[in-house]
Formats: sequence, structure tokens, C-alpha cells
Amino acid sequence: MKILVPVKRVVDYNVKVRVKSDGSGVDIANVKMSMNPFDEIAIEEAVRLKEKGVASEVVAVSCGAAQCQETLRTAMAIGADRAILVETTEELQPLAVAKLLKALVDKEAPQLVILGKQAIDDDCNQTGQMLAALLGWGQATFASKVEVADGKAVVTREVDGGLETLSLTLPAIVTTDLRLNEPRYVTLPNIMKAKKKVLDRVLPAELGVDVAPRIKTLKVSEPPKRSAGVKVADVATLVDKLRNEAKVI
Amino acid sequence: MTLLVIAEHDNASLKSATFHTVMAASQISLFADGQVHLLVAGHNAQGAAEAATHIAGIAKVIHADSAAFAHGLAENLAAQVLALAGDYSHIVFAATASGKNVAPRVAALLDVAQISEITRVDALDTFERPIYAGNALATVQSLDRIKVITVRATGFEAAARSGGSALVQPAAAVAGTGGTQFVGRQIARNDRPELTSAKIVVAGGRALGSAEQFSAVMTPLADKLGAAVGASRAAVDAGYAANDWQVGQTGKIVAPQLYIAAGISGAIQHLAGMKDSKVIVAINKDPEAPIFGIADYALEADLFAVVPELAAAL
Repeated sequence: MKILVPVKRVVDYNVKVRVKSDGSGVDIANVKMSMNPFDEIAIEEAVRLKEKGVASEVVAVSCGAAQCQETLRTAMAIGADRAILVETTEELQPLAVAKLLKALVDKEAPQLVILGKQAIDDDCNQTGQMLAALLGWGQATFASKVEVADGKAVVTREVDGGLETLSLTLPAIVTTDLRLNEPRYVTLPNIMKAKKKVLDRVLPAELGVDVAPRIKTLKVSEPPKRSAGVKVADVATLVDKLRNEAKVI
Repeated sequence: MTLLVIAEHDNASLKSATFHTVMAASQISLFADGQVHLLVAGHNAQGAAEAATHIAGIAKVIHADSAAFAHGLAENLAAQVLALAGDYSHIVFAATASGKNVAPRVAALLDVAQISEITRVDALDTFERPIYAGNALATVQSLDRIKVITVRATGFEAAARSGGSALVQPAAAVAGTGGTQFVGRQIARNDRPELTSAKIVVAGGRALGSAEQFSAVMTPLADKLGAAVGASRAAVDAGYAANDWQVGQTGKIVAPQLYIAAGISGAIQHLAGMKDSKVIVAINKDPEAPIFGIADYALEADLFAVVPELAAAL
């Protein structure tokens, strides 16, 4: 069984981004970039399924500029067998990415596509669900456990009130949540091996996809600033302030 | 111009997120003298449909009933919304686990973009939404003929639950797709207010050290305050708190009147989920904890000593 795992290159989760003073966007020049944490979890899950003998091949995909190759090499160092870069410098939004992925799914015929539930830059949480709709496949989002057997994926999902379990007929889409697994550390030997693995490049036009954005960003601003208040010395003072000053109790 | 809001409900009643979502849709509708309809798609959902007729600002309630909607499967709900999408200009979901699960399927089926987690309405086609864990706010304009939107409940007041008198229009339920089956659910039942709509939230971090201590220390305080209980990601990952208690960028977004954080350091991703709270209290023995940078009241102390003291003093 082949598993396809899309991965996104994003600003590293530790970076506190700054809004540009002209309001045109967020300043990401010279900022550390990494694989989206949820996508790391997706690659890890796919590689574990391969190690269990459930999957035979894990293919990583990324859509974007040439630097996304770094993210794909990291995916291969975690254990993906080969990678595909859909190369473009256009701004890619989830609907366009879902269409690009659909074109690749049509070519590669995986039984499972595992995606991160959201990218930590745009926080959209859409691509997996959109891909599932375009393919007419079932979806299990926010997965905290995945078991694959007999042509089905049984997935436990984190939902608002707790947990829910679904059974999906393959092929299907799964999106990962935080507790699905803890990704392994990438070892130096695996980084070296990854350099030799195959990385194919393809253009959106070759896949027949129009990636023009549908949403225009008019401006980006800073959220209202919140600064530190006062220190309270003890519980009695805190209760007094909450009751009489803030009036929240 | 008409907008369609997709109700969040449990068949018997409407969930609080629905009222905030209706408010957002009502604000959009003001820009073009439009009408807001509400879809209740459920199984034996007469209770929810009836409650919906009273919401201020709703012109029509559409009720689609089928066993296919009993467990909120995205494939079935999306198909139902698509069947009704027709002439609606905006299709609006709450940004809850369910809304986030279903809305993008609808958007893709309509071949339009989705605008996720709006916090403000600026025009018929222009909205504000948080990006980078809420460290930046983007004002975005949709170029599509139908806008599919999810609404961050904390960005809007709740529409009034009474005052409206809409009629219920039954809609034929589309058949279920079958490939995905519901297997089971583990939903905690308790008397606490819902985390995302509670007036007071008390939240614990990994410093609590164990599930037993988390419960022993935080529960009395929550009880005294009639509060909901939240947790940091670290506490949930360690198994000290349930997954649906996680407050943060990829967990629950809350904005209560009072948020008390005990033993939570205040990572960027946690702040993303609670920095719009009206009053923030931080209890932490580490004076360098980032949470002190946004706390209105900072108590630099050992939570194991002061949280019980605080519960007793209330």
C-alpha cells in the first residue's frame, strides 16, 4: 500500500513573528523555517505504518518554491522513500494545494493520504478536507490514533467533547492531531541517505491546475497589545482585586 | 441576498457556538439588507429546530432529518449543505471541531475558497482572521461568488435566543455516502460549563505533575468559581488532562471574563488560545514565565500552596 504525505515549509513554531510596519505582511526574511509540526507527525505515522508492514512505500510531496526541497529531504530522512516537489513561486492557498494533490493522487494512486490538520502559518485547517471532497474519499480529521487493516482505517479523532472513532474504507484521507505520535529525531546517517533518495519536480501547469489565489490579503496588522499588570503578594490581595477592582467574581 | 448558517447542535438543543455564528452572519447581512437562514441537519432534531426558530435575526430554519446525520459525519453533512447551497451568498459554520471538519468539504465541492476563523466582519466579502497563532491579524477579501466561512465564536457576541419567530421548512435529507462509519464516542459528561463559553476558566499546566494532582488541585477551585477547566498542551500530552481541555492555537480558543492559569508557562501557542480573556491571573513559581507578560494579576508562588488557599478563600 502506498501512502502519500504532503508536507509544508513554514516559519518554525518557536519564532515569534513580527508584522511589517507597512502592514503588507509578516516579516519572514531570515527567519528559521521548518516542516510544519503536524506534517512531521504525518510523515512519522506513515513511516511507522511502513515499519509495521502495512505500507510498502511512503511518498512525500511539497508545493512551493525550490527551498521546499529542504523540507522534502527532512521527510526522507524521517523515512519517506521518495519525494515530489510541485514547484511554483505563486502564493498557494488550500484549494489550489488540494487540486495539485488530487492530480498527484490520480497519478500515484495511494491508498492513504495523511496530512497535518493545519499549517501553523495560515492556521487554515482545510487542505485535507478539501482533498477528500475533490476525490470523493472519506475523511478522518484530527486523528490521535490510526489503525490500518483489511482495507480499512480505524481512526480515533480528537473532537470538542472528547474522542470519537470512525472506520473508513480505503482509500481515505487522515489529518493528524498533536497526540497521534511523537516524531523521531532525524539521525545523521538518515540525513545522508536522504540526499540520495529520488526527488522529482513537476510544475502546476503540467498537472493541469490553475493555482490562482481566491482570497486577497488587504493588510496584516498586529493584534491588540496586552501588557503585564500588577504583582499580587498573596491570595488575600488577589481575591480582593478580583472582587473589587476587576469585579470578575 | 441570503446567508446560510449551519447550526451546531445535539439534536435536542443548540450549542452556544451557533448563537455567535448567527451574530457573525447577521453582521454580514447588514451590508446588503440580507436574510439569514439556519440549517439544522440532524437525527430526530425537532428540539434543536424549534429552538432555532426563536433566535433573533433568523428568517427561516431549514430542518433536514436523517439517521445519516446522527453522528455528524462530514461526508453526509457536506452533501446536505451542497444540495441546499443554491443561491446562498455565504455559507457560515462555527469554527468548532464539527464546523472545521465539514466546511472545507463544502467549499471544495463548490470550488470556492474558505475563510477560516473570522474574528470580524468588514464588508460582504472582507473579514479579519488570525494567522501565525494570532500573532498577526489578516484582513482578507474573498474573490469567490460564494463565501464559505468558519466563525471564531469569541470574536462575536451571541445572538439573542429569543425574539425571533422563523418558520421551519423541512428539507429532504440526502442519502449517506456509506464509506465512513461511526464506531464509537468517548465524550465526558459533567456539570461544568462548556470551556469555550464559560465565564470563568481555570487552567492547569504540566507543573501539576499527575492526573490525580491535576484533579485534586484544580477541581475545588473550579467548583468554587463555577468554572470550566482547561489545560496546557503539555499537561494534556502528559496525560494529566483530557484532550478536549487543551487551550491553545490548535485546541480551544477561549475568551472568558476570568482566566486563571496555574503552573502554565505561557508558550506562544497557549497564549493564542486565551489572550483575549478579559482578566488573566497567572500563578507560577517561575518569575520568568512568559505568561506574566500578559497577566493582569501575577502571583509568583507555588501553585500547590496557593491554589487550595485561593479555593478556600472564595
